[in-house]
Amino acid sequence: MSKQIIVPFGPQHPVLPEPIHLDLVLEDEKVVDVIPSIGYIHRGFEKLVEKREFTEYVYVAERTCGICSFIHGATYCQGIEQIMKIEVPERAQYLRVIWSEFSRLHSHLLWLGLFADSFGFENLFMGAWKTRERVLDFMEETTGGRVIQGTSKIGGVRRDISSERLDRMVKDLDVLDREMKELTTIFLHDDSIRHRLRNVGTISREDAYHLGAVGPTARGSGVAVDLRKTGYGAYDRLNVPVVTDSCGDCLSRCTVRAKELFTSTDLIRQAARKIPDGPVDVKVTGAPDGEYFMRAEQPRGELVHYLKGNGTKFLVRSRIRTPTLTNIPPLIKMLAGCDLADVPVIVLSIDPCISCTER
Amino acid sequence: MTYLQKSPWIVHYNASSCNGCDIEILAALTPVFDVERFGIINTGNPKHADILLCTGSVNEQNKVPLKNVYDQIPEPKVVVAIGICASSGGIFRECYNVSGGIDKIIPVDVYVPGCAARPESIIDGVVTALGILEQKRLAMQTEGSPAGTKAGEAR
Repeated sequence: MSKQIIVPFGPQHPVLPEPIHLDLVLEDEKVVDVIPSIGYIHRGFEKLVEKREFTEYVYVAERTCGICSFIHGATYCQGIEQIMKIEVPERAQYLRVIWSEFSRLHSHLLWLGLFADSFGFENLFMGAWKTRERVLDFMEETTGGRVIQGTSKIGGVRRDISSERLDRMVKDLDVLDREMKELTTIFLHDDSIRHRLRNVGTISREDAYHLGAVGPTARGSGVAVDLRKTGYGAYDRLNVPVVTDSCGDCLSRCTVRAKELFTSTDLIRQAARKIPDGPVDVKVTGAPDGEYFMRAEQPRGELVHYLKGNGTKFLVRSRIRTPTLTNIPPLIKMLAGCDLADVPVIVLSIDPCISCTER
Repeated sequence: MTYLQKSPWIVHYNASSCNGCDIEILAALTPVFDVERFGIINTGNPKHADILLCTGSVNEQNKVPLKNVYDQIPEPKVVVAIGICASSGGIFRECYNVSGGIDKIIPVDVYVPGCAARPESIIDGVVTALGILEQKRLAMQTEGSPAGTKAGEAR
């Protein structure tokens, strides 16, 4: 048996936009064990609920993560609304779906770009990010912010989208779909990419399930979990197809995300068709008294906001459990036994979002 | 105008940011904003870099890696703090684990406002940094750098 050496990976590493540290235990070129250590982005803002009023905390919740900020804000608001038994207007619920799905599109396109960069396909990285700008343009036009939207509020949303803008949005979706089709065709059918990703970082259905994988990481191994199926918000009135793939390797996870782009545009079309007229918010009086687990589907998987109030305007406890945290044990399983050169690709394949993970 | 100013290389480090500014830095590199037209290239290696782009409010665990990245960049170097968190701690200022700004750890030359900072303002910050970089280089030339090399022209 050859000697074991430990190679540190991160916190500053070219493929990582965010710091995470992995100690890779190597025997020659093979990774035999991985020891992760996190905490580089822990800011401790869950404790801020004691200093911010529950209506102001929406802004903090949105800044959990810059990539899926809208979904964090909306999930927090939905949790508070459940505690306070607020009936949110239908139109606001549909608008939340539209913005959530645009967030998912922007997150998945961003990930496809970063993933291409991790296996050295610079051109594809640029292509994916060029397409992503279309999504961000829509976000900016309707909410005022590119990555942090700030449109969620307790009892509804802050801004409405006019019906003419919605019509234009649906037309723009066709262009977006066409560009994404070209992009995903390369990801799914290019020989060199298939060769690079097939049978790399494989995790079986059983392991993915028992280690608690969520989102595209679980769906890439054939576990059909999607929180949108539970029908929170307006999702119970829409037809949400669950995309799965069976191989459990990097290509499967890529396939799932590539196909989910089109389910997202489809959901936006459905929502734009069904959205009713009416107000977008209700007046909120009183303060939350009670506790609630709000679950939602983030681009990376299941997101849980636990909220507890005691009848004052300051919450007692907020706890956020994000998908990347539960995807780290499956990641360790995927990394064991792989080649050193595959580590960046496999780490990227779970779409790590460290800001979410450490809060 | 030197080679340094025509093609400055940047290194990006996320010091406990929420990611919003980080993806905007990457967006500034991609076709729509395209900072490569100024010769700016994003490198992963601090030893190749001239400009350090930092985001986030720097928590306890991130102080040492941030200092390490800064120390490895050769002189002359410029630090750009991107976003309100990097400038003053921003929304996370009152959190128990953050030190409240990049300038608590390393000297900062340019502050870019915004939450999240827009790609246009990031590019503006980098272009401002180029002027400061040139001043620092000239100052080093007249004083003579510690190692006795004319940094910037060595490339």
